[in-house]
Amino acid sequence: MTKTYGKIYSVDEISDRIKKIVENSGLDNIWVKGEISNFRHHDKRHMYFSLKDKNAVIDCAMFKSANKKLIFDPEEGMQVLIRGNVGIYKRRSNYQIIVEEMKPAGGRGELYIKFLQIKEKLEKKGFFNKDKNLPKFPKKIGVVTSGNGAAIEDITTTIERRFPVKILLYPSLVQGKNAKDNIARGIKYLDNTDVDVIIIARGGGSWEDLWPFNEEVVAKAIYNCKKPVISGVGHETDHTIADFVADKRAVTPSGAAEIAVPNKKELNSHLDNLRDSLIKLMKNNLLIKKERLNSLASRTIFKKPLTLIEKKEQQIDDIEKNLSNVLKSRLEKISNEIDKKEGKLNALSPFGVLERGYSITMRENRVIRSVSNLKEGDIITTTLKDGNVNSKVNKNGK
Amino acid sequence: MENDDEKSFESSLEELEKTIQELEDGDLPLKESVDKFKKGAKLLKKCKEELKNAEISIEKIVDDDGKIDLENFI
Repeated sequence: MTKTYGKIYSVDEISDRIKKIVENSGLDNIWVKGEISNFRHHDKRHMYFSLKDKNAVIDCAMFKSANKKLIFDPEEGMQVLIRGNVGIYKRRSNYQIIVEEMKPAGGRGELYIKFLQIKEKLEKKGFFNKDKNLPKFPKKIGVVTSGNGAAIEDITTTIERRFPVKILLYPSLVQGKNAKDNIARGIKYLDNTDVDVIIIARGGGSWEDLWPFNEEVVAKAIYNCKKPVISGVGHETDHTIADFVADKRAVTPSGAAEIAVPNKKELNSHLDNLRDSLIKLMKNNLLIKKERLNSLASRTIFKKPLTLIEKKEQQIDDIEKNLSNVLKSRLEKISNEIDKKEGKLNALSPFGVLERGYSITMRENRVIRSVSNLKEGDIITTTLKDGNVNSKVNKNGK
Repeated sequence: MENDDEKSFESSLEELEKTIQELEDGDLPLKESVDKFKKGAKLLKKCKEELKNAEISIEKIVDDDGKIDLENFI
């Protein structure tokens, strides 16, 4: 039996055929409406996602050159209108739309555009520059939120757990058309009370639910508020205009409460650390002084107090020695002088005259200078150079 | 001079930190360092007590046709 195969295609050929058929089908530069799903935007370059409706899904790619012109961030679940061409990616047997342009389509998408317009307008007005410092230890916290939602419960439990303080609640509508004015009024009211900081909060919800927090009247109230405002609206992924205007943005209501008050446990351990360093420093201080005192006490003067006296004694000895030397030489000098004077004196002394043969005559210890002072029988004493001789006067021969 | 008892937690804590800084920095005279230590110990006690005594209380604003009142929330 002979089998006839007809023309045998390669994979590449058949893929090319399909590619040509699709590309010539008129499905280029077409508009498609659908919901974004499986959105990926890795490395902020090309976007890959699927566009789906109730019955079908089609892969889409929006390359960097096209997506950089977008004025909003496409998100999972967003209704959009896209313009592009259907193409084949033959390496993966895959057909997809290469997207050239994208617009939000109705509902959330349209609100999103409105959001962007308000955002741009308020940013230009400088509404996003409000940046008041939050008090570290607020005594009273104002809260604008629903009086019976999960938000106020989350806030109170968080504050109680972290650092219990007074809370002043302004119960407000947080969704529906009257909510925006109510929220704005609450902010203004609390601004004129003694609260230190104001939290505006709302639990998670749809875009439409959170919408009041995108309204200009709320933004204005936050911007004009003299007190710092913390926003805690929705969930992690939600961004509202209120978040941009507020002095501080938290991702959830309990997050806002966490920003508002410090953590008691942390403060307690901080205080414990302070106590430890206080004691340590004081001990150190005393130790330093003690060491200084010890080093002074170990100086010689305290260790061998006699040294100083001994030193002085030695000094005195030295001085004494010096003094006696000086005295000796002075004495010698003086005695030399005396000797010299003695010679001179001797020359003048009566004994010098006696030496030369003269004598002195005295009677009753009085020097006799004239014969007329003597009479016969007087006993006179004559002093010669080597002694005295007594004589009796025989004759007065004047 | 500010009365110690009326000081806010914040300023007490700040002063405590400052006191420790001074003890840390300066070669203080003995009397002064003892004084600073005493002051630090007093501030520390005050801060600890304030933390211990912190309580939550919630008041709710009641807005009845523009007539505003307060009531306890919990």
